[in-house]
Amino acid sequence: MKFEGTKNYIATEDLKVAVNAAITLERPIIVKGEPGTGKTMLAHEVAQAIGCEIITWHIKSTTKAQQGLYEYDAVTRLRDSQLGDEKVKDIKNYISKGKLWNAFENEKRPVLLIDEIDKADIEFPNDLLLELDKMEFFVYETGETIKAVNRPIVIITSNNEKELPDAFLRRCFFHYIKFPEAETMEEIVNVHFPNIKKDLISEAFKIFYDIRDVPGVKKKPSTSELIDWLKLLMTDDVDAKTLKEKDPKKLIPPLHGALLKNEQDVHLFERLAFIARRENESID
Amino acid sequence: MFLNFFFDLKQAQLPVSLKEYLMLMEAMDKRVITSFNVNDFYFLSRSALIKDERHLDKFDKVFGHSFKGLENKSETTEAEIPEEWLRLMGQKYLSDEEKKLVESLGGWDKLMETLKQRLEEQKKRHQGGSKWIGTGGTSPFGAYGYNPEGIRIGQKESRNKKAVKVWDKREFKNLDGDVELGTRNIKVALRRLRKFAREGADTELDLDGTIKSTAHKGYIDVKMMPERRNKIKVLIFFDVGGSMDAHVKICEELFSAAKTEFKHMEYFYYHNCLYDYVWKENKRRYNEHMSTWDVLHTYPSDYKVIFVGDAEMSPYEITYPGGSTEYWNEESGETWLSRTLSVYENAIWLNPVPKQYWNRIASTNILQQIFSNRMFPLTIDGIDQAMRELNKS
Repeated sequence: MKFEGTKNYIATEDLKVAVNAAITLERPIIVKGEPGTGKTMLAHEVAQAIGCEIITWHIKSTTKAQQGLYEYDAVTRLRDSQLGDEKVKDIKNYISKGKLWNAFENEKRPVLLIDEIDKADIEFPNDLLLELDKMEFFVYETGETIKAVNRPIVIITSNNEKELPDAFLRRCFFHYIKFPEAETMEEIVNVHFPNIKKDLISEAFKIFYDIRDVPGVKKKPSTSELIDWLKLLMTDDVDAKTLKEKDPKKLIPPLHGALLKNEQDVHLFERLAFIARRENESID
Repeated sequence: MFLNFFFDLKQAQLPVSLKEYLMLMEAMDKRVITSFNVNDFYFLSRSALIKDERHLDKFDKVFGHSFKGLENKSETTEAEIPEEWLRLMGQKYLSDEEKKLVESLGGWDKLMETLKQRLEEQKKRHQGGSKWIGTGGTSPFGAYGYNPEGIRIGQKESRNKKAVKVWDKREFKNLDGDVELGTRNIKVALRRLRKFAREGADTELDLDGTIKSTAHKGYIDVKMMPERRNKIKVLIFFDVGGSMDAHVKICEELFSAAKTEFKHMEYFYYHNCLYDYVWKENKRRYNEHMSTWDVLHTYPSDYKVIFVGDAEMSPYEITYPGGSTEYWNEESGETWLSRTLSVYENAIWLNPVPKQYWNRIASTNILQQIFSNRMFPLTIDGIDQAMRELNKS
């Protein structure tokens, strides 16, 4: 069982090593990185590459660790007891399984994606420490222990909004998806748009990396934004020549809305364009 | 061999533990990497041992040191060189021989053109003033545009004139925790300072309490409780004007992060050192100010106090009455500071000046003493430590 990237996902060498280490050692892997570099995608692609089911658990600010294990519906049981329902005698009827339980009892080894773990309360990862380490937990209501049939491949993503506790990190592998270099980026684009014109790509790339290098841009455009932008360029049939035009009057790239998502960034860009234009005029 | 590597990491103060080392050994034992390639080992060890992108840069350095016998550059010299200087060095020291080498590596004709153009540009600019190099270097618009490949030359020629090894590239450099970053990261650091408590009116359903009480009484008995809130109260004093102008951006970031993070936050401005009055509006500071005595009496002692300032001034401004640069102060800044510290048990000083310069500045040393070493650098790490300090009570 080895992950080598898929048709739709270009994995760098270091990412492959990290994912394979996590798979072999049956330990969780934490994936961090700039937004839009394909953290969540990774889990889906690993599942596809290995050919197994994916169970996703999206974390919100209100999510509690217990919800991932199971929930005991006391209110329904109380109501049923007042109505004299037969069901009420078996407590099992009121226990709903969480994502972790689902993953543990899966016959075939599944991929469990815990998405954006940093959204939850600061104590959340600590509450899952033992469960993820031993891959088992105890159900107090019924007195049974749920143990993983096959230890799932656990992929955890984080956007760095909160720091994760050391004890939790010690049990995991860690990978930081750095922003792809131009070569990797070209492979990624090729995977998404096999028929795109070569010159369009190289011009678009230049603009893209230039924008990323502008100091002071609040939200740097990322891979997913580049792909959206290329899509727009293709549907609008913008050719490489238009992009290449170094006319200082047109310094803001066409369809920039896909790349710059922040009002201030667009302003910054317009201002820089204005300065550049003035400099050009004074040189003339 | 690996054990030495592990101790090297420890010595570089990277937070690695035995558990992680054993995990790495287990991975080696189970043949996660089969190629016995040093690159793969680097990837594997990085993934197993390092759990925070802030440490990646340090890790790369230690790895390079342990496995290649490379000279480990000392922390300080590495950190102090601004990127522009490196770029400039790259251009200055590029001999003809090395230019050929670069050509043989990739044959980047275009790169060479821009480089030559740049070198000419640089000579002119250099006479005009060194500041120009930076502005020319970062313009993204082609006119003076810096080719990103150019930066790489700078690194290559300083190394062993061969393709750079992965860890030598040190691509994670700007993620180091000592670098000031945007408000988001500051907020994360400020979050250390949290104390939740349920106070005020009963507005939320207390589910557990309701169930318990219902079971106890035999009929549905609804219980309510107050909402959980962060009850930390913060009082921040910002130094404004003069030498602080250079640090305006980071102070703004800290201010906006603190404003959203703390519900109870009060702020005041002062100049250089705290004297008998502070103000809230910089434009009207001569007319509308608040006596420091009033501040000390208005805000109770459970407020956490943060001073933000570069602590750079003449020592007399702190220690002598009348030392203020603006008016005649009856009592010395030191008196006022100690007075504040005696009211507020939890108080710290955040300093935007990098820590390595502190001991050369007399006024900073005096303030460190007054604050009994509770001065922290205004970086993410510094804020983090400062918040831990404030949490002690």
